[in-house]
Amino acid sequence: MRIIVCVKRVPDSESRIAKAKDGLSVDTQGVKFVLNPYDEYAVEEALKLKEAAGDGSVSVITLGGEESKETLRTALAMGVDEAVLLKGQPSVDGLGTAEKLAEAIKGREYDLVLFGKQAIDDDNLQVPAMVAELLGLPCATVVTELQVDGGAVTATREVEGGHEIVEFELPGLIAAQKGLNEPRYPSLKGIMQAKKKPLEEVDAGDAESRLEVVEVMNPPVRAAGQIVGEGADAVPELVRKLRDEAKVI
Amino acid sequence: MHGLTSSVDDNYLSDEHRMLRDMVREFADNEIAPVAREFDREGKFPWGNVAKMAELGLFGIPWPEEYDGAGMDVLASALVSEELAKVCPSHAITVGATISLAASPIYYFGNEEQKQRYLTKLARGEVLGAFGLTEPEAGSDAQGTQTRAEEKSDHWVLNGTKIFITNGGVGEIFVATAVTGRRSNGQKEISSFILTKETRDLEEALAVGTGHAVDLEYTPGFTHGKKEDKLGWRASDTTELIFEDAIVPKENMLGERGHGFKNFMQTLDGGRIGMAAHLLGIAEGALEQTLKFTSERRQFNTRICDFQGIRFEIADWLTRIEAGKHLTYHAANLRQAGEPHSKEAAMAKLYCSELANWATVKAVQFHGAYGYTTEYRVERLMRDAKIGEIGEGTSEVQRMVIARHLLGPETTPEKEDA
Repeated sequence: MRIIVCVKRVPDSESRIAKAKDGLSVDTQGVKFVLNPYDEYAVEEALKLKEAAGDGSVSVITLGGEESKETLRTALAMGVDEAVLLKGQPSVDGLGTAEKLAEAIKGREYDLVLFGKQAIDDDNLQVPAMVAELLGLPCATVVTELQVDGGAVTATREVEGGHEIVEFELPGLIAAQKGLNEPRYPSLKGIMQAKKKPLEEVDAGDAESRLEVVEVMNPPVRAAGQIVGEGADAVPELVRKLRDEAKVI
Repeated sequence: MHGLTSSVDDNYLSDEHRMLRDMVREFADNEIAPVAREFDREGKFPWGNVAKMAELGLFGIPWPEEYDGAGMDVLASALVSEELAKVCPSHAITVGATISLAASPIYYFGNEEQKQRYLTKLARGEVLGAFGLTEPEAGSDAQGTQTRAEEKSDHWVLNGTKIFITNGGVGEIFVATAVTGRRSNGQKEISSFILTKETRDLEEALAVGTGHAVDLEYTPGFTHGKKEDKLGWRASDTTELIFEDAIVPKENMLGERGHGFKNFMQTLDGGRIGMAAHLLGIAEGALEQTLKFTSERRQFNTRICDFQGIRFEIADWLTRIEAGKHLTYHAANLRQAGEPHSKEAAMAKLYCSELANWATVKAVQFHGAYGYTTEYRVERLMRDAKIGEIGEGTSEVQRMVIARHLLGPETTPEKEDA
């Protein structure tokens, strides 16, 4: 079983995010970066599939700058066999990023490509499906359960209000959702070996963008809460406010 | 959460250090934070998490792979103490004492057979360990040591009591000092020994699959005494150790005869670096909690972190944390390189212990009445911080050590007469 996992370096969800001076991006000063949490599920699933199969290989690929090596090493420390850094910047336009990844994957041997369902920085949720399209692969996104039996794949997808089960034959592509597994902590042995594992560098160039960012805004400041009253007497007023003012019911 | 980032880390830490730090941070947030309050309240030893930490390899961080360690270094070990202590100092000292007090003297002063037999078990986290120096009449003053070892044909017979021993009840492998004779100048000759006993919590240890070794030969006449009920470090196990005609084979003497105290002082230098990191972690953990609370809590129509009185203290707080990092990481690297580090270890521990106490008192203050309740982590950190000024040499002893590097040993009239 040869598995390729596509990963991304993203700001830690606990970091304080501020707008950069240009008003078009995020200020990265003092921000801690991590392996995208959904990609951790993808890496874990790849390692589990390899362990269950008893042989094979897991590689990780990312499109990014020199600093993304840190992200790749985190995956290597978890137990991934080899890493590929596509040197270049990802694009806010998912298609540009997908083209670079697809190009790199095309020349490699694989049975399964895994992604996290989304990167938590720009939340596009586009790239996995676009890569599948560009490679002509069957694709299941938002996957919470996965079974691979020989070449046959059964994936459970999360859909509005329930689940959907899909089947396909390898090769194929899966985008992982939370719940698929519990990602392991990198082992100490893994951490010590991470630097000794192969890390290939490819000059991929920056991803093309058909979109232009014209402004980045902070989320609205959350207003203070209101106490409308106590007990059952307050319910009609609460319902009125939820319906007429907050417009949530 | 307000995870602190520091450019000091960039200066000292390798990629491996950073990965280790991040892994332990995540582990502590996920596995320890949810249960720390309960274990503190009940004074219960966290066996479940000890097993998980053993599985991650945290007990073997600085030891070479040939002894089943991770092959990392003193700084790595300090980082683990720092990250665990941010969330739960009791967890941190359980690991820290096993590494820097039990395994460390065996690694530095033990022979190959002792390392294979005992160090490997401690490094794997298969069993916990401790060391026994303090007695009712002795601590930093070694000449007060009452525990004595009598030499027989093929063994030693130990009698005496050690007190305030971290991991005393839960542990199985111990290093302890005893008087083995008199020197020509009349002073006590102190040597150290490796002793073993069954863990007090056998049932729990068997249930979690760590903490008990089936193939250890126990020292007859050696056991743990009563467990202390403490102000802080409540989930860490502190007991007496009791030797009643304890029979220790000759081959279990650790290091050379008569070098026991000197070797323990060198062990403590390492212990102090671990403690400095531990206390640094407490100060950082308290700051993270305080940043979060003061950014959310509103009074007089503004966040309380907007008041200058709070801002100035928080600025000092971070400044001191970064100073503490320099002192601690520097001492760790000196020890790793085999350079003299006794003064630097004492300075790091002294500075960080005062920092942790100052910081946690501030943290409780800035949390107001909330900080006085057990619902918020800071009151626990405040209680846990206090031991930092006492354990592994009080702040007064650290100052003695540092001053001796500048002025030489103290000359007292009494000593001049002698």
